[in-house]
Amino acid sequence: MISCSEATRRLWEYLDGTLGEADRGEVEEHLDLCRRCCGELEFAEELRGFLAGSAKEEIPDDVSKRLHATLDELEER
Amino acid sequence: MAGRTAERSAGERTDSFQRLAREQLPRLYAIARRLVGDEAEDAVQDCLLKAFERFHQLVDPEAGPAWLTRILVNCCHDHGRSRERRPAEVELDTVEDFSLYRKIALEDPFPYSDSLHLDFLGGFGTEDVRAVLLRLPGLYRIPLVLVYMYGFAAREVAKMLDDPLGTILSRLHRGRKLFEREMWSYAEENGLLEKGAR
Repeated sequence: MISCSEATRRLWEYLDGTLGEADRGEVEEHLDLCRRCCGELEFAEELRGFLAGSAKEEIPDDVSKRLHATLDELEER
Repeated sequence: MAGRTAERSAGERTDSFQRLAREQLPRLYAIARRLVGDEAEDAVQDCLLKAFERFHQLVDPEAGPAWLTRILVNCCHDHGRSRERRPAEVELDTVEDFSLYRKIALEDPFPYSDSLHLDFLGGFGTEDVRAVLLRLPGLYRIPLVLVYMYGFAAREVAKMLDDPLGTILSRLHRGRKLFEREMWSYAEENGLLEKGAR
């Protein structure tokens, strides 16, 4: 069985679905038996959701006006 | 007749560009803020000018948002390059063993919490996340932001940056580790580990 450090090293790739079948099987075998790495996995999932949820940002009005003005100028070219 | 047709198609092209650019503006700005911070407005402006000049190269209108993002990323790359004179490659050994999950459990910053790890994440607002990202060298920040915040596949990012897929996957791995380590440092430095910080 792979070690905890090897399993945690592959967790994000496991969640990304980018591991090959053999590597994926080794991670799953480890997770079946290791509670701590299951905690690592849950936290990695939370962190991924947290990053995706931090993606939005409003454009400040003044910046929006200037960028739209750039587009207006391009429209007139 | 041919002249009028050419004129009309140029007008249609301008309209299509305007529609695409105005619709994508909020998304482009949000990405740029995470890639180059306060230089976001300049990067988006550069992107709009370059995209306008090259719009005739866009064959498939469906690919417009990804095409614009690619131009933006390259503009951000240029801005980042002028700020970071030397691209800072990070030795994996220095971050490989860091686990934010274990660090939080070990340090136990909220002793009475029954959801310690979630409380840690809950202390970070949008501005804090952006500040942590900007602590990472651009080499790692760009793939991390595009893949985990804006849903691009690593393959698409490799194409955007003209790097091999293996390089991007390796930078994603280091980027995630660095992000975790910097989250902890940032939390310590900015009082996010104090009870009731938020």
